[in-house]
Amino acid sequence: MKNKIGLIGLGFFVLLAILGPLFAPYDPSASSADILQGPSPAHLFGTTQQGQDVFSQFLVGAGPTLLVGFLGAAVATVLAVIVGITSGYFRGPLGETLALTSNVFLVLPTLPLLIVIVGYFPDGGALFLGLVIGITSWAFGARVIRAQTLTLRSRDYVDAARAVGDSSVKIFVFDLVPGLVPVIASSFLFGVAYSILTMTGLEFLGLTNLSNWTWGVMLFWTQNNAAYQQGAWWWYVPPGLAIALVGFFLSLLNFGSSERSRGSARRKRVPAANAPVLVPGTVPGTVAGGEVA
Amino acid sequence: MAHKAAWLRIGSLVAPKLGFFLITLWAALTVNFLIPRLMPGNAVDGFLGRVQGRVNGASLDALRATLGVGTTDNIFQQYLTYLNATLHLDFGVSLTFFPQSVSEVIAQSIPWTLALVGASTVLAFVLGTGLGIVAGWKWKRADTFLTPFGAFISSMPYFWFGLIVITIFSVDLGWFPGYGGYDPTLTIGWTPEFIASALYHAVLPAVTIVITAMGAWLVGMRNMMKSVTVEDYILLARAKGLKQGRVMWSYAARNALLPNVSGFALSLGFVVSGAILTEVVFSYPGIGQVLYQAIGNRDYLLMQAVFLIITVTVLTLNLLSDLVYLWLDPRARGGRS
Repeated sequence: MKNKIGLIGLGFFVLLAILGPLFAPYDPSASSADILQGPSPAHLFGTTQQGQDVFSQFLVGAGPTLLVGFLGAAVATVLAVIVGITSGYFRGPLGETLALTSNVFLVLPTLPLLIVIVGYFPDGGALFLGLVIGITSWAFGARVIRAQTLTLRSRDYVDAARAVGDSSVKIFVFDLVPGLVPVIASSFLFGVAYSILTMTGLEFLGLTNLSNWTWGVMLFWTQNNAAYQQGAWWWYVPPGLAIALVGFFLSLLNFGSSERSRGSARRKRVPAANAPVLVPGTVPGTVAGGEVA
Repeated sequence: MAHKAAWLRIGSLVAPKLGFFLITLWAALTVNFLIPRLMPGNAVDGFLGRVQGRVNGASLDALRATLGVGTTDNIFQQYLTYLNATLHLDFGVSLTFFPQSVSEVIAQSIPWTLALVGASTVLAFVLGTGLGIVAGWKWKRADTFLTPFGAFISSMPYFWFGLIVITIFSVDLGWFPGYGGYDPTLTIGWTPEFIASALYHAVLPAVTIVITAMGAWLVGMRNMMKSVTVEDYILLARAKGLKQGRVMWSYAARNALLPNVSGFALSLGFVVSGAILTEVVFSYPGIGQVLYQAIGNRDYLLMQAVFLIITVTVLTLNLLSDLVYLWLDPRARGGRS
């Protein structure tokens, strides 16, 4: 049930992102004389301080926002999978060093680091942003994947594969990854929400290229033009609400799928104590993820 | 003899944590050192140009050490100079708050952040965990509402929610001040008026942080409670005839709490990040605000020093929570794999 709602909600926003620009009635950057007007038939979401159409900005901004979100999550997940599986499978110095690296990156506070990095590149585009966010946020997923890999590698079928002489890569791909899919998927969904919130934060601070319209950039302008003091709710509510809803649907999806897999986990009781649990709550301001038994 | 053995045991448990702390600290220092050297040259040169006229000998050296320009030392010598300067807390002079030194600026602003963020985070943790316990236990009604609620509020952009809070409670209703850390007409000091004013100004920012952060704890705790309720010892407690409430709190919650506690340590880094945005929104005079102004002025020296201080604070708190976790969970002391 949760799965369905999450999927439908997310699907709506993806559709919005793809088709949005086609339906935008105005050029989002085009200013006019109709300053700070409320919603009307001519401007469904009202206008900004410069007389720009909020609805058009919203439609055009959806795509880049989701794009950076998915890109950041993709980069982070790929890195997390590589580091996570390797550090979980190889127990010796390689595994330990990688695990240590993940923990170090995990503890370093990312937003200040991102602020410094992005601050040096004021003209970076969506690709750059997604890349940088991904590079600074892989550690979380890596740790979770490592934990799950540790559990899986002691299973019989992995021993069997090794006995037969399968190469490590083969074992990774055919034996470990299938068991890791739920964790990887959960990590990815979690990552999308995190990326969107992080990029929005950076945009709000005015650190990114302001000529690319995204929801975060819209919010930057609302702050810059004192939209809140002037009561222009039509301007600041849509982008923020949309971001919250996207995150919400992502977490519903995460919940739904983890509840499904937990049903099967209940039959094999795994001690909850020392295994690093993916506590969804550890990233305030972002979305709850799944759970690793 | 038993004494010595006990100390040895404690030492062997604490040492890895300390070791990790030192390694991460070194990593942070090195990252801080490398960043300006990896960045496009014109950014750093531009900064140097703006600062040149106003800065003299010693500060200029610190600047060069941190940013790595205008010096003939090779990179290892630069690294050593940088480490030396950092250990002496000499971060050079700040462009934004000229002529104050970076250390002064940071020292003035960090207490505000620690107070606000510290209090709010603890509150969020307590509230979120408490509600999560309720949601995770058998109360279906509470659960069907609380969990989506928690998921939604933890998906909101921190600052967006903060701005809305300001709009409603400050601009429209006028109940609380929407910006600043204290009444500017008062002098700073430990006087009742000042403290009262500080608290008054802290209400809205704190409420924002608590509400957005709480959602995450709620969901995490609820998930843990759900998986704990199938354990045998809960069944036994119920079979013994203990009251529902007692079983929920003393048995289920106590065990489900542990991952949340270790998660608390991890979350500190992220809470700091969120605090930065909150301070910007509320113009609160903490370290986040300092960073924001530094960004506006491309004051790289200040930005990097702030990054370093934030990192060190997070690492220290992380170390402390690790040690607390060791104390709380006897199982963690028994040799981990």
